[in-house]
Amino acid sequence: MSVSVAEMTEQDQLFEYTVRLGDNCVILGQRLAEWCGKSPVLEEELALMNVGLDLLGQARMLLDYAGKVEGAGRDEDKLAFFRDAQAWRNLLLVEQPNGDFAKTMSRQLFFDCFQFLQYQKLSNSADTKLAEIATKSLKEITYHVRHSSDWVIRLGDGTEESHQRMQKAVDELWGYTPEMFDMDAVDEAMLKSGVGVDLKEIEPAWKKMVEGVLSEATLNFPELTWQVRGSKEGKHTEHLGYLLAEMQFLPRAYPDANW
Amino acid sequence: MTNPDTDIAKLEDDFQKKVDAEIRIEPKDWMPEGYRKTLIRQMSQHAHSEIVGMLPEGNWLTRAPSLKRKAVLMAKIQDEGGHGLYLYSATETLGISRDEMYEQLHSGKAKYSSIFNYPTLNWADIGAIGWLVDGAAITNQIALCRCSYGPYARAMVKICKEESFHQRQGYEIMMTMARGTKEQREMAQDALNRWWWPSLMMFGPHDKNSNHSNQNMAWKIKRSSNDELRQRFIDATVPQAEYLGLTIPDDKLAWNEETQSYDWGEIDWDEFKNVVAGNGLCNRERLQARKDAHEGGKWVRDAALAYAQKKRKREALKTAAA
Ligand SMILES: [Fe+2]
Ligand SMILES: [Fe+2]
Ligand SMILES: [Fe+2]
Repeated sequence: MSVSVAEMTEQDQLFEYTVRLGDNCVILGQRLAEWCGKSPVLEEELALMNVGLDLLGQARMLLDYAGKVEGAGRDEDKLAFFRDAQAWRNLLLVEQPNGDFAKTMSRQLFFDCFQFLQYQKLSNSADTKLAEIATKSLKEITYHVRHSSDWVIRLGDGTEESHQRMQKAVDELWGYTPEMFDMDAVDEAMLKSGVGVDLKEIEPAWKKMVEGVLSEATLNFPELTWQVRGSKEGKHTEHLGYLLAEMQFLPRAYPDANW
Repeated sequence: MTNPDTDIAKLEDDFQKKVDAEIRIEPKDWMPEGYRKTLIRQMSQHAHSEIVGMLPEGNWLTRAPSLKRKAVLMAKIQDEGGHGLYLYSATETLGISRDEMYEQLHSGKAKYSSIFNYPTLNWADIGAIGWLVDGAAITNQIALCRCSYGPYARAMVKICKEESFHQRQGYEIMMTMARGTKEQREMAQDALNRWWWPSLMMFGPHDKNSNHSNQNMAWKIKRSSNDELRQRFIDATVPQAEYLGLTIPDDKLAWNEETQSYDWGEIDWDEFKNVVAGNGLCNRERLQARKDAHEGGKWVRDAALAYAQKKRKREALKTAAA
């Protein structure tokens, strides 16, 4: 958004808020799609796609709703395929490359726990549509949390190699997690109107959840030695541009086509 | 003392009687070694085809042109993985492990359907694969639902339902493209041009050149001949292409009033053999992708195994202490 929050209407704020939720799901779903055909074991291939499908489903509901809130004729695909990096509002965490399976599972654990707590609150949102989407998605996310937790535990408490890889993965992504709990003016306004979630409030619960998994996995709870943020203002790592270039190429190359 | 030769002859005779009476053969039943071997070869090849077949479609998963198409494609590819899983399990009932089957795939000893050695070059290829490749697979697999081996037949019944769903979804993509912009129509025609003949090749050599056909028919592993199935597929598919307004790349294709089916040209068997022999555009990539996934995932599987063992030990200690 180029306008300052003070100039934003309530409708603008709800749009912005909903797009943030939707963008996380699109980008993480896209990252999981990259695993297709590359999984360490066939059963896991199916599980990763299950999670990816859930995320895409959530993305579609959220972006569809965002488009309707905006009322400018943009549907889910206009929003997904015709925005450049600076207009995306996904968390920096979810745009990080897959890396090895440990890194993907670490990213997934951090996000799944966050999403679980956020949607728990969001299911009581004053916005009935968001509440409905959150309620509907919560069952899926409960499974996602179990899936990523199980893997982090298995890998952390598996072999020497898997333990090292898992610890490295957790450490490498740790600095992207504080951003999840940032509250900017849009969040504050949404919270005030009973629509949005108090992210600061869920932070301790998130830490507890993650800490529980890491300790069962015999992994160290990392120290925060660096942290980055900015996705709420459209600041991203360089990885996002390449992800979008691949994802958006076809509709961009043939903008008049319906698919 | 009984004569082992007469014993075997008697067993074989009983086996054939059962097959002739349409009694399903189950894993614990006696079966001729040749029957078992043929089934292992065919079923594992089928399982490998499901898994390798995920790759050409996966090639467009990150580039699907709408969120809905992406989700539908992801679900389709996931189905194929499920088919693979299901078929590997069914094959394991014959006394071979999934690891052994993987080894055979990776060493080149076991084959997968050669159709997957062709590249997916534009989005319409995803439509064409669903429509033609899944379509040809269904034609084959409907016949296999009555296969004499119980686990295979049951797997086919389950799988066929999903495959026909894939076929409709593929056709729907083709329809959207064929009714779309000029460029989309060109993509659709280009996809049909490239996938038509390889799809016909999926039914295998002509009956007169097929090595295993007679024995497999007698064992009721096979219920219809390659040529019959191929003709059935062509007769069903040509009107669908017409409805799309696309042209099948065969200038000999013509309706025959007398046979009430289509006459058509000839498959380029040299190309078929050439691709099977390793000279398709994607043979190396497909196999390498499978090997990379398997070898690259070894540390994950090892970890899961090690963790399961630790856990079991801990639980045993707990019960001992209690
Ligand atoms: Fe399949
Ligand atoms: Fe199949
Ligand atoms: Fe299929």
